[in-house]
Parts: sequence; C-alpha cells; structure tokens
Amino acid sequence: MKDVAIVAFVQTEHSAEDTGLNETELLLPLITEIKQQTGINRFDFTCSGSCDYLLGTPFSFVSALDAVGAWPPISESHVEMDGAWALYEAWVKMQYSDEVETALVYGFGKPSQTSVRQVLGLQLDPYYLVPLGADQVSLAALQAQAYLARSGAKEGDLTAVAARSRADGRNNPHALHLDDPADDAPYDVAPLKVHDVAPSADGAAVVVLATGDKVREICERTGLKPAWIRGIDHRADAHSPGVRDLSVSPSAKIAGEKAGAANVEVAELHTQFSHEELILREALNLGEDVRINPSGGPLSANPVMATGLIRIGEAAALIHRGEARRTLGHATSGPCLQQNLVAVLEA
Amino acid sequence: MPNHILEFPGGYTRSVGPVIGRFLSELRDGRLVGVKTQAGKVLFPPVEYDPANGHEVTGEFVEVGPVGTVETFSWVPEPLPAHPLDRPFAWALIRPDGADTAILHALDLGEFERGAKPPKRLKAGLRVRPEYRAERKGDITDIVAFRPEVSMITSPTRLEYDLQPGKALDRFFEAVAEGKILGHRCGVCDKVIVPMAGFCAKDGVPTTEEVEVADTGTVTTFAVNNLPDPRAPEVPFVSAYVLLDGADITLLTLVAGIPADQVRMGMRVKAAWKPREEWGPTLSNIRWFEPSGEPDVPFETIEEYL
Repeated sequence: MKDVAIVAFVQTEHSAEDTGLNETELLLPLITEIKQQTGINRFDFTCSGSCDYLLGTPFSFVSALDAVGAWPPISESHVEMDGAWALYEAWVKMQYSDEVETALVYGFGKPSQTSVRQVLGLQLDPYYLVPLGADQVSLAALQAQAYLARSGAKEGDLTAVAARSRADGRNNPHALHLDDPADDAPYDVAPLKVHDVAPSADGAAVVVLATGDKVREICERTGLKPAWIRGIDHRADAHSPGVRDLSVSPSAKIAGEKAGAANVEVAELHTQFSHEELILREALNLGEDVRINPSGGPLSANPVMATGLIRIGEAAALIHRGEARRTLGHATSGPCLQQNLVAVLEA
Repeated sequence: MPNHILEFPGGYTRSVGPVIGRFLSELRDGRLVGVKTQAGKVLFPPVEYDPANGHEVTGEFVEVGPVGTVETFSWVPEPLPAHPLDRPFAWALIRPDGADTAILHALDLGEFERGAKPPKRLKAGLRVRPEYRAERKGDITDIVAFRPEVSMITSPTRLEYDLQPGKALDRFFEAVAEGKILGHRCGVCDKVIVPMAGFCAKDGVPTTEEVEVADTGTVTTFAVNNLPDPRAPEVPFVSAYVLLDGADITLLTLVAGIPADQVRMGMRVKAAWKPREEWGPTLSNIRWFEPSGEPDVPFETIEEYL
C-alpha cells in the first residue's frame, strides 16, 4: 500500500438557510483557499461527490467543475455519493498511478432547495420501496426502534447523543449553533425526535491528498502535520431493510476491522441520526475512552454529500494541528447505514 | 410553489422480470408469494438473488401469510404527501408466516389526529394482515396497508329498567329534593344510618326514627382517580368517603375545590349544592364536597368509620 496523506482540509460555514449562493459559488472560495494553502494550482487528479437530485438537474455536478478551473483539460472523476467516496476513488487512483502525486477531492450540497428525505427515498428499490413513498427518516426510525428493542437503550439515550453533539457543535464555527434538545421536543418519525435527525445545511468541503515528496513540500508550506491514511475500507449490507437485522451494522464492523479501527483516540462518525452513533460505536468497537464527533458531527450540521468527507477532514485536522495521533473518519450511504466507509489516520 | 420540478410524466416504465413479475401478478390476485433460495429459505418479497450470498434463487414460489408478524416499526405523526396514508400511521417490517425475510409496508392502526404519539398497541410481535385494494393492478400499492388481526370486538350491552328505590329511600329522596339529608336512628345501637334503609343492617331491626343530618362532614378516606368521569370536574379527581356530621355511616362522594394531592384524611368538607332550580329527587343535587376551611379533625375521631 502506497502511503497517502491528507495534507489540507477546508469547509464552509454551513447554513441551515439558503444564503443566496449556488453550488459553484459555495465551492469556489474553498478551492481558492486550498490552492493558496497548498501552493498547488493544478492537481494531478480531481474527484467530486454530490447528488444531482438535490438540484433536480442531470449532470449538475459538471457546472461545479467551473470552480476548479478545468482548462486545459484535467483528469477528473465524480461519484454520485458523499465526497468521502470521491476521496476513496482518489486514494485508489494514487495506489495504482505513479503520475498522481496530488489529488483534489470535494463534496458539496445545497439541500435547502428541496426535501432531502424524499430525494434520498428515490435511491431505494423501485419495485418494493419507492412506490410506497418510503423516505429516509421513516426508514432510519425503523432502525432506531430495532436498536432500542435489541439493546434496551431508551429514547433518552438518543437525546443524550444529540445534546452532546449540539454542545460540541456550538464550539465549531462551521457548524450550526443549535440549542440543547427541548424536554418536550416532538417526534419527527417516532422513536426519533426532531433533534435526533441531523439538520440539513448548505455547504461544501475540500480535501487535498498527497503522496511521496509532495507531502513534505506541502506540509513545509502549511506548517501542518500530514495525516497519513493507515487504512481505508468500505463495505455494503443488503439493500432491502427487510432482509437484515437493522439493530446492527455488519458492514461497518468489517470496514472497521479492515481499516484498523482499534486504538483510535477520536472518531468522527457520519451519524445522520442519534441512534447511528450507538450502533456504530458498537460495530467499530469504540470504547468509552474514544471521543466521538468533537466537531459536533452531523447532528450539528449536515451539509448533505459533504458530511461524510467532513468527518474524514475533521479527523485529519486533529492530526494536522497535533491534537491527536490516531483518529478515525467514517462515512455512510444508503438506507439504514447500508454502506459504510472507514478511514484510519495517523500522525 | 416549487419553481422547478423533476418528474417523469405518467411515471417511469420499468420491466419487472420473471421473479418480481410473479410476485406482482400473484399480488394482483390477492395472494402473497415468496421464492425459495438454494439454501431453502423463503425470500419475501422475492428478488432474483439470495442477499446472503448472491446465488440465483430457485424457480419455486410458495404462498406465505397472509398473516404476518411486525419485526420493527416507526411511527409517522405527520405524513408526507407521498406517503400511503394521509393520517398518522406506522411503517413496519412485516414477516408473513412461512417467509424468512420481511416486507416494508404501511401499518394502519386506525384514526389518529395529525401529530399523535405512537399508540401503545404498536409493538414488535403484533400480528397483521394485508388490506387489499378493491381494484388491483399488480403493484406493491395493491396493498393499501397492513392492519392488526382482529383481537377484540365491542358487543352491544343494553337493558332497560324502571327501578324503584323502595319506601325508605323514597322518603330520603323526597327530602333531598328539598335540600335535606335524612337518616334513621337505630333503636338498638343508636347509630344514625344515612341514607336510611328502613332497618339496621347491624342489628337486623326495623328503623323509623327520622333524623336530619348536616351537609358538612369529614373525609375519612379517599382515592385519587386518573380516569375521566363525566361527573368529575377534571382529571385527576378525588372520590372520598365523607362522614356527615350527625351520621354514623360514611357517604361515597366526590371532593373538589382543592388539588388532588392536598386532600387529607380528617379534612373538613361541606356540600356544594347545585342551584336550587336544578334540584330533583337525587343525591346528584350535591355536585361534590369542598373544603370548609375548618381545622382537620384528629384521626381517633374517624378511626371507627374506616
């Protein structure tokens, strides 16, 4: 395995309301900033993650390339997934192509223009699930109920996850600054209360990967430590929620084992719902001493399609700043934690 | 109103293939079928490959259900326009009898106002059946929703009577209609029995000596009721035994005008009468008893009446 490091990470100040910027406008300042930070104007490879259905326009991700500057033609790819999977593609590319020493990875989303729970409902099985109008939050609530029934945890345990996330998020300038969960907060879809659902936000994030001499060159310029990718793996469970035990996440467990999740100090988890933290903590075998989502995590800001990439970015940033030596970034995709990606980073 | 819509007018056409096609055809006929995997499991609803190992399924279809068991669920207090029901409902993973996997569908638990909390009967293990649409077309929505199995009926219960209180109680009610509470004093034990029955149940002798007792008294014991009652002002309310001054038998009545958690044994109360024009030959002339403001009596004075 070729050593690849995350050498730079930037993100927007995510916003729960439309700020009047379109997706390219959200992205452009970040790309400009990271080019200045790293001193690199053209990257050997560029890969993005987003969801055209958020805008309802086919190939809308192409216009975001304008923010990168794609002339003369660049080597570029895109995943119709969270930016974390774009990072994975770039990492794979770097493993096998000696010509790629730097890669630009970004994810972005502007969910304020539509209903995310319904957009994500359209990614489901078109025969058995889509005609029912099953939406993302309804399915997540099925998983929450299955977890509560199996583990004996209570709704208050979910609220505690939301409360800690919100408290941490208030110290993060990029997150939404949300009040503590209200005692009489209503259900969104029971057993999930409104604070158990990650609040959608408009936002974007950009990461730079480097390998070989480029790592030292860039880090000398930025003054930051490189965050080396020691393991990265992603796995999927069966799609239909009716054929698997929703109270556990076998795919996260395998991805964690393959990526080497043991002995991390901090884990940034892509928890779109409170109960997912509890399921993931168990699947990744994260002990009580592992700090979860010190950034506030997705429960403090969910810039859809960038949220997973931001988890890896936040995990890397702790190493960049010398605040941790071994961290974990996690991303998920699909209904009820169907797909899980785990990256383990080290100083 | 949206300023941009993504839509396939009339819906997007999809081939279903032989496995899902068989399921949908059977569904149109009102039957649920699963398909057997090579490992002998029954996949429901059927798909082409065993999700456990990717092996192609066998061509053997088996009827399952229609009764199924709820494995897990969520509760939608505010349905979206795309949802199958326009009032609160549950989503459930339902495993029909004879199947090894579950189907996601809506679970209709009856009428609820929007925003309703999940009903108590919504539990894993609930036994449910599909409710089919009358006009079916071969689509998962041919099932409107699943409904719980019938576990209860309400049987009509009504008989009509014209009850007579008897001679002694007639006299009691006649007096109550005038705002007086009467009793009889027993010639043997000297106790005053209110309302009078014309005899002393203790001594087994007839009684005739009429005594008027006060509409004030003492709470001997009481209960806090949390189920609504049409006679009570609110929930929780207090029902209490009140020993009327001059009586030797307690009267079961409501106590109001004081928070339920402040009612005490030994508390002094007085009757709250309805307006005079509403009086009739009935004890409901007294709405309830309210604190009189006098000091509580010591326990020893009511001990005998508990």
